[in-house]
Amino acid sequence: MSITWTRRQRALRRFWADFRTHRAGVVGLAILVVAVVLALAAPLFIDEGVTNVVRGTGEKLAPPSLDDPLGTDESGRSVLLLIWWGSRTSLLIGFLAALLSMVIGTVLGIAAGHFRGWIGAVIMRITDWFLVLPSLVTALVLAAILGGSTATIVIAIGVTSWPSTARLIRAQTLAVEARPYIERSTALGAGHWHITTRHVLPNVAPLLLASTTLEVASAIVTESTLAFLGVSANKTSWGTMLRGSYDWGAATSGAWWYILLPGLCIVIVVLAFTLCGRALETVLNPRLRGATR
Amino acid sequence: MSLLELDDVSVTYKLAGGELPAVRGVSLSLEAGEAVGVVGESGSGKSTLAMALLRLLPRDARISGRILLDGEDVLAMSWGRLRAVRWAQASIVFQGAQHGLNPVHRIGDQIAEPLLIHKLASPDQARRRVAELLDQVGLPGWRAKSYPHELSGGQRQRVMIAMALACEPRLIVADEPTTALDVMVQAQVLTLIRELIATDDISLLMISHDLSVLADLCDRLAVMYAGRVVETGPADGTFTHPYSRALAAAFPTIGDLSSRLAPKGLGGDPPDPLQLPSGCAFHPRCPVALDTCSTVSIELRPAGERRTAACVLAGEAV
Amino acid sequence: MLEANNLAVEFAGRGRRARAVDGVNLSVGAGEIVALVGESGCGKTTLARTLLGLERPTSGEVRYDGSALSHRGRALKAYRRQVQLILQDPMGSLNPRQTVYEAVAEGPRIHGLPDEEQVVAEALSRAGLRPPERFFLRYPHELSGGQRQRVVIAGALALNPKVLIADEPVASLDASVRGEILALLLRLRNELGLSALVVTHDLGLAWNIADRVAVMYLGRIVESGPVEQILTAPQHPYTQALLSVLPESPDRIVLTGEPPDPTRIPTGCRFHPRCQLLASGKAAAAGIDTACHSEPLPILSSAADPQTACHLTLVDS
Repeated sequence: MSITWTRRQRALRRFWADFRTHRAGVVGLAILVVAVVLALAAPLFIDEGVTNVVRGTGEKLAPPSLDDPLGTDESGRSVLLLIWWGSRTSLLIGFLAALLSMVIGTVLGIAAGHFRGWIGAVIMRITDWFLVLPSLVTALVLAAILGGSTATIVIAIGVTSWPSTARLIRAQTLAVEARPYIERSTALGAGHWHITTRHVLPNVAPLLLASTTLEVASAIVTESTLAFLGVSANKTSWGTMLRGSYDWGAATSGAWWYILLPGLCIVIVVLAFTLCGRALETVLNPRLRGATR
Repeated sequence: MSLLELDDVSVTYKLAGGELPAVRGVSLSLEAGEAVGVVGESGSGKSTLAMALLRLLPRDARISGRILLDGEDVLAMSWGRLRAVRWAQASIVFQGAQHGLNPVHRIGDQIAEPLLIHKLASPDQARRRVAELLDQVGLPGWRAKSYPHELSGGQRQRVMIAMALACEPRLIVADEPTTALDVMVQAQVLTLIRELIATDDISLLMISHDLSVLADLCDRLAVMYAGRVVETGPADGTFTHPYSRALAAAFPTIGDLSSRLAPKGLGGDPPDPLQLPSGCAFHPRCPVALDTCSTVSIELRPAGERRTAACVLAGEAV
Repeated sequence: MLEANNLAVEFAGRGRRARAVDGVNLSVGAGEIVALVGESGCGKTTLARTLLGLERPTSGEVRYDGSALSHRGRALKAYRRQVQLILQDPMGSLNPRQTVYEAVAEGPRIHGLPDEEQVVAEALSRAGLRPPERFFLRYPHELSGGQRQRVVIAGALALNPKVLIADEPVASLDASVRGEILALLLRLRNELGLSALVVTHDLGLAWNIADRVAVMYLGRIVESGPVEQILTAPQHPYTQALLSVLPESPDRIVLTGEPPDPTRIPTGCRFHPRCQLLASGKAAAAGIDTACHSEPLPILSSAADPQTACHLTLVDS
């Protein structure tokens, strides 16, 4: 066990040394760490009360001031506190939906690549079918049927976004399985479980990590879109804030802070995930890095 | 004057971690009509040397020394001159050349391409020349209309040779031309090359890891190890340098009872060019190394008739 | 020990059926090294894969230690402890993300063997990588070609097998390293009593290490027998041609045409379209040229004594 451990430690150290050379990736990572820490630490300073309409104490749609640095919304709630609290929902849904989509995509992708023949063919047809479904509409319908809750939104995003992952993982699985070491492993007596978990999964994992990062970004955007279109978890998120600003005509009444700041948060976090994902991709994808390493 | 003369040629690759000396001071000459073989293992610098001859190396490679082709210094040529020389005077047949053909063009057009680029022929003349060349390499003329995927590996290698012959060069550099081919197809291609150099007065510089193939085809051999030529001599003689001897013994003669159930090899591994052993680079693997071999670097020295070897024991009875 | 009985393997592809292995009898005795020689496309690799249970035979059977090979999960897994595979390209046969230790430990882990670290260390040192601890944490790309092939061999040895099946074990290695790897295979036979089937296109390799040789052409074995006899006095025209194109040989018989196509196996003797004896009229002189064109030859048995599948030798004897 100690041997495996030493190897992992070494690999991790080398990975970090590589990652550090990508400045954009490091900036993205830093932003993400700050965002996640703030979201996690929020309950230490504020509570869900900040989203309560009744407890909105400020003026309605007041511009940024010393009391409310980022202005207030239509109920006099502080936009800063709303964004802070809302980040919890946005990030949570982003992470969970991406995770769900990745798990489904990976399992089906590896299965489709590993079990060629009719099993693989059936999985691929299902994947294709999901791929051509307009995912936003499907998610809207799903969320409308299942009712608004965090779990609903996560499921709606998760089950509509996995097909592209499945295709990616399947292609990578096929590439890995064509390598002679898979044949060697089979000849050593390895079964399906051993080959997929010991050889295929570690080889697709880097790709998976990079693509999960990008998937989180897209899940956050989808969540905002769904919220904007009126399907939300009934909790404050950046998406519901945008929806609120639209409903209350923030744009026409000149309340730029209400519309711009949640949007800006989405853009920054999504950008940070994308920067991170791209850097991960370059560091971890063997095809993108030198063959000598 | 020699057709090709290499004088103290070195090639160094610049890497992130330092400099990699791939070829270290190689001097070699090739007379008109002569066939010379360069044998070496992976990492010996033999392919780098072949590429250096026509300046086909990537940008991070630095070549020093002098490469005289027909008395003209290749390293001092302008790009325009070099391009003309590459086809008309010396052409190269690459290793794994079966993949060197463009899959979307007919092979006739690919063979004619250099002729048309260098304006050596009108389209009509080029077509006739292509038929002539295909005939020369033993392919029927209608094959000009085929695409590469319609040909077998051996046929594609014949096409590559036809391309190399297109502008009637005086020198052909062949880098492992038969490596990926089956024994029987390899024999076919080697027979073809043998006929070409015998009838057309073409000089051949052939690079290979397979000593027996070279010994069979060439007049003279040069053995490379760790970027240096360690032995030169007639192809039909016996070797002096212990490395050349080991190479010669690696492929047994069938019927030779001394090698029956007794494969011969060298201990150790080919050296890492970034950490070459001191003294004679071969000393860690050498079965007859002396104490001085680890400190003193040996130059090529006479070792019998028309033979030179870079070994302290050369010239003495080994 | 390991035996193929009337083995045939067919592949269906693009409407035509390719008979890659078309009736083969072959046996590898205990402690015996057999070389299976042929050009690419002759079916030698398919035969090796079928012997390993990686391919299912269309007809015929693989027998190991007297019983037929079952393709059911548990029996197959047990069989794979006994018979091990060594591939041509050692770089490709090692997972680039695994260390030497993990690569060698893979077999013992699959079969749940105890004392993993000791087994790995022993296998590595048997394969000539000493001291083994120095190699545990290295990655394949940090090793030389010869060392990589030794790791692959160690991975096979870790399961304490009885038979090795090596597919071109030295074809991608440097000439100076080749001899050492072959010597290792010989030593394993002498010290551990391992049997081996070495699949190769290289007759010199057969001369170097094999006891018996079988020459394969287009899915069939055309000549087999003890190495000394077959390689110094070949009877089949194909074997004669293969030997004649070796660099040292005096008269070359270079067969024309391309390697044959297993989707279109000629009638009669499958070698007849390229046969130099038929082309030179020697077959006609013996009055067998019509037989060459139309009469199929019997399948050679798996016996150890020299046999040839050629109408001309059938007439002579």
